[in-house]
Amino acid sequence: MKKCRRCQKPATLHITEVRKGDVTEIHLCETCARDYLEQTDSNPDSDPAAEFEFEKLPESDEETSSPADDRGCPHCGISFREFRSQGRLGCPYCYVEFKSDLIPLLQNIHGEVQHCGKLPRRAPDSSRRQHELLQLRNELKAAVDEEDYELAARLRDDIQAIEKQINSPAKSTDNE
Amino acid sequence: MDLDRLTQKSSEWLRGTGPESDVVVSTRIRLARNFAEFPFTTRIEEAAKAEVAARACECFEDLAIPAKLSYINVSTLDELDRQFLVERQLISRELSEGAGARGVAISNDEDIAIMVNEEDHLRVQVLRSGLTLDDCWKSMDEIDDAIEEQVAFAFHDQYGYLTACPTNVGTGIRVSVMMHLPALVQTREIQKVFHALQKINLAVRGLYGEGSQAMGDFYQISNQYTLGLSETQVINRVREVVPMILKYERRAREQMIEEKRQELHDHISRAYGVLSSAQTISSEETMHLLSSVRLGVNLGLIEDVSIPILNELFIQTQPAHLQKLKQKALNSAERNIARASLLRRRIAEAAE
Ligand SMILES: [Zn+2]
Ligand SMILES: [Zn+2]
Repeated sequence: MKKCRRCQKPATLHITEVRKGDVTEIHLCETCARDYLEQTDSNPDSDPAAEFEFEKLPESDEETSSPADDRGCPHCGISFREFRSQGRLGCPYCYVEFKSDLIPLLQNIHGEVQHCGKLPRRAPDSSRRQHELLQLRNELKAAVDEEDYELAARLRDDIQAIEKQINSPAKSTDNE
Repeated sequence: MDLDRLTQKSSEWLRGTGPESDVVVSTRIRLARNFAEFPFTTRIEEAAKAEVAARACECFEDLAIPAKLSYINVSTLDELDRQFLVERQLISRELSEGAGARGVAISNDEDIAIMVNEEDHLRVQVLRSGLTLDDCWKSMDEIDDAIEEQVAFAFHDQYGYLTACPTNVGTGIRVSVMMHLPALVQTREIQKVFHALQKINLAVRGLYGEGSQAMGDFYQISNQYTLGLSETQVINRVREVVPMILKYERRAREQMIEEKRQELHDHISRAYGVLSSAQTISSEETMHLLSSVRLGVNLGLIEDVSIPILNELFIQTQPAHLQKLKQKALNSAERNIARASLLRRRIAEAAE
């Protein structure tokens, strides 16, 4: 569990702030969160970073932008600098091209960097099963957090069944 | 589709039916999707953009879903018609004010609306009356599968569905519940309740999703995370907070009834009186008074008008709707007169 930015107690509130295009995340305990909310409540334009140390995005921390920011996506030509100023990527390939810069950004925005939702129907069976596994593991984590051990046991069985399937290609319906 | 026909009817989501509809006005789910072989809308050339629109249209024509969709080419609409669609919640301001080939496919009940060439190539929306998260998702999942039978979406094993803005990547899902919270607003508890929510990664917005000031005490609660959670998990997160807000709102309502019934009844009756007899009235005052009357109907203090009619009036008294109704451009003063006249007529009809 993350610690409170201000007092090191366990952080129970995770606040995502978007200010002038900068995404920042702060983790606070309940007491500090209440102070924080009151502060932003009474003066929404103030910069709470003055008192609460913000965990800035790695990119926005750099005072001078690195030359790497000027490299463009080979497919759509957008540079990372342009992306940062307008907040929109240029094409699907940008996600591959700017991977190293995007991962910390995604981590900051969503707290996770691995999709575990729906899969396109055209996805090959092997990746479908991988995703099913990810989804089940995610649910298992939630079940354990909520101390629903009955559900957790059932999910563990499901996970094992799929893992067995993946490891025995004979049973697989995958053509690859 | 003939836009003038829409002015004669009401959208499904205004029916005022469905679970918890005294507080929960509507449930909306939207998915962001992009065609795999084109740049995103912000970075696309005009010709390719037109191709995206053409392919989308082709795909909508025989989409394997129960509802029939009609495509409206937004790029050929005048400003009034575009504003009209925004007021009906069928397109976003961004699409309305955008440029180049773009449009929206809508179902007859207006419960499905698929925007083409907004920030993403496709923005699919399902919008229904009341707290109907599962219904909306079931329908959405079907539509998404049906589109995907004809189109390859931009998808990445790690990041999921790829979107122009990284805040939507993964599931591309936005789940929103619109709630009418007049008692929490009046007792000034709303800021407390929502500030807490906003900061635990659920967003709160006013009725038209623009400013922070909610019009007519309507608030929209929606998820912010789209990556790392399944669609069902996102839906459940929103589902979990709704009962808490419902409880606060209903408790505030009960408290108002118990502690100052007469004052409240007076306030609501005056609101009804103004709406049913004013000769000129602003949009802002209308929203405010309709909100009071809506609360009055839900508390059983007023019986002359129904929730669906009030829901409709919130939309029909908007500027573009009034002008479509009168079939001519109206300035602000003329709109105020037209608005008052519409209100008097609708409320008198309802009371008969
Ligand atoms: Zn603390
Ligand atoms: Zn690119």
